[in-house]
Amino acid sequence: MQNSNGLLNLIALLAAGLLLAAASHAAELSRGAILAASCEGCHGTGGRSPGAIPAIAGKSADYLVETLESFRSGEKPSTVMGRHVSGYSEDEIRQIAEYFSRQK
Amino acid sequence: MTKTTRRDFIRSVGALGATTSLLSLPVLGHAKAAGGRVVVIGGGFGGATCAGYLRKLSSDIDVTLVERDSTFMTCPFSNAVLGGLYDMDFITHGYDSLRDDHGVKIVHDSAVDIDAGAKKVRLAGGSSLKYDRLVVSPGIDLRWNAIEGYDEAASAVMPHAWKAGEQTAILRKQLEAMPDGGVVIIAPPGNPFRCPPGPYERASLIAHYLKTHKPRSKILIYDAKPNFSKQPLFEQGWAALYPGMIEWISESEGGAIDAVDVRAMTVNPTFGEPQKGDVINVIPPQKAGTIAEVAGLTDDNGWCPVDQRTFESRAQKDIYVIGDASIATPMPKSGFAASSQGKVCATAIVASLAGQDMPEPSYVNTCYSLVGPDYGISVAAVYRLSDGGIAAVQGAGGVSPKDVDPEFRVAESRYAVGWYQSITSDIWG
Ligand SMILES: Cc1cc2nc3c(=O)[nH]c(=O)nc-3n(C[C@H](O)[C@H](O)[C@H](O)COP(=O)(O)OP(=O)(O)OC[C@H]3O[C@@H](n4cnc5c(N)ncnc54)[C@H](O)[C@@H]3O)c2cc1C
Repeated sequence: MQNSNGLLNLIALLAAGLLLAAASHAAELSRGAILAASCEGCHGTGGRSPGAIPAIAGKSADYLVETLESFRSGEKPSTVMGRHVSGYSEDEIRQIAEYFSRQK
Repeated sequence: MTKTTRRDFIRSVGALGATTSLLSLPVLGHAKAAGGRVVVIGGGFGGATCAGYLRKLSSDIDVTLVERDSTFMTCPFSNAVLGGLYDMDFITHGYDSLRDDHGVKIVHDSAVDIDAGAKKVRLAGGSSLKYDRLVVSPGIDLRWNAIEGYDEAASAVMPHAWKAGEQTAILRKQLEAMPDGGVVIIAPPGNPFRCPPGPYERASLIAHYLKTHKPRSKILIYDAKPNFSKQPLFEQGWAALYPGMIEWISESEGGAIDAVDVRAMTVNPTFGEPQKGDVINVIPPQKAGTIAEVAGLTDDNGWCPVDQRTFESRAQKDIYVIGDASIATPMPKSGFAASSQGKVCATAIVASLAGQDMPEPSYVNTCYSLVGPDYGISVAAVYRLSDGGIAAVQGAGGVSPKDVDPEFRVAESRYAVGWYQSITSDIWG
């Protein structure tokens, strides 16, 4: 009894270990991620803003690109976004948009 | 030593048939350390961000955060506490989420020395921590006696409140105790210093409090500088919200002070008469946090030269300096900048430990200031790497426009609070 209990415990422990191992990750070190990290300072982790700044997590990439480009052109008025978006190329905007479209 | 990589580990577990061979598996702790050991000194905007992001980027890395205090009180929004808009609880954050949600080991102790040769950090409590990579984000320390008579004891009478916490509480109490018609003196230092718009936001929110409770009072800003951050916007806001209440005395008008007298409650300008105040907020010149100096990471001016791509110290290999302590010009010494640098640095360290190249970095800053509870202004910049150094992207960034509808200022005041909630939850959970 003792023994099989011990074995069960060990199996449980290893199963937990496997879960841990599965949960462990080395997120991709991408240019998109490093660009998106800049946005998270205001829009929250993964774009999940907890306050007055619009949440952008899980929005479609096309919608995000369109919105950002309309801030750039001034077609859509903004307080600070126009000042930010001018700092990035179209290609970078696309990478940022894709990053946030993948967040939940 | 043969290392078991995570992939080997998963493969060997997957291939297991007989339960008996389970006993030969490596222990988890061992597999976990395979990514390397990183120690981070300082759990403020730079250090806490970096520690959390290291774990988000690679849970194989063992991260230990060394922070002197059990909770962190942010300087951002401490001016709003002085103005009576928020209480100390609002600006207080803990380390539970970094520990429980991200697996950062938290050690509440002070780092007293760094042995770069042996790759060890010595703690005041007597123990040492070994590291493969070390991140130093100690913020600032104050240059006591740079202004004659202004030492640590003097700061109990004339608070600097340039580190949030007890100092903020002292200044708030003094403002509450001051009679109507009193004089508040704020004395900001020359550049570079922590939070360039900070003294002027402080003047604004103290004015908000005085206007509401002690309307005959005055605020004198004795400035060591000829101009200041977002100056036209602040001056426009002061004229609109607090006409006649705030007087700014520039360096050329005798604003720079070279001595204080805590008994007489006066500040002495470099020229002109001593000025008496009922509440005196001296913001003295600053330098990188002491541990950076002790570890030989600072230059003659007291700040830390770094490779601006990775934030690795120019003085010591495998030691990285971020936040206010680092020389990250043209980025300002702000919490937003420190956090942005923490993310870039975490990326650089993960890449370096894995023997990979890091992706090209990108950095950002946005500093909101509240001129009043419903009146916000901002300055922003996007930075990228150019010729090995940080450069602001031309045509981007800048300050809020000067002549706009009140709704614009209201919106930015709401975004200021939104920014605070986002960044503090991004960092401390
Ligand atoms: C009044 C005021 C208002 C501000 N408002 C804003 C704002 O609105 N927006 C903005 O972006 N920035 C703002 N700032 C600036 C911001 O506070 C700093 O730029 C930011 O805190 C810098 O981060 P850091 O990591 O370098 O240092 P800090 O955040 O100060 O963190 C340093 C930490 O290291 C710890 N530490 C130091 N030495 C040791 C040691 N030897 N061992 C263990 N722990 C140690 C300290 O206890 C501290 O917790 C403001 C500053 C002031 C003063």
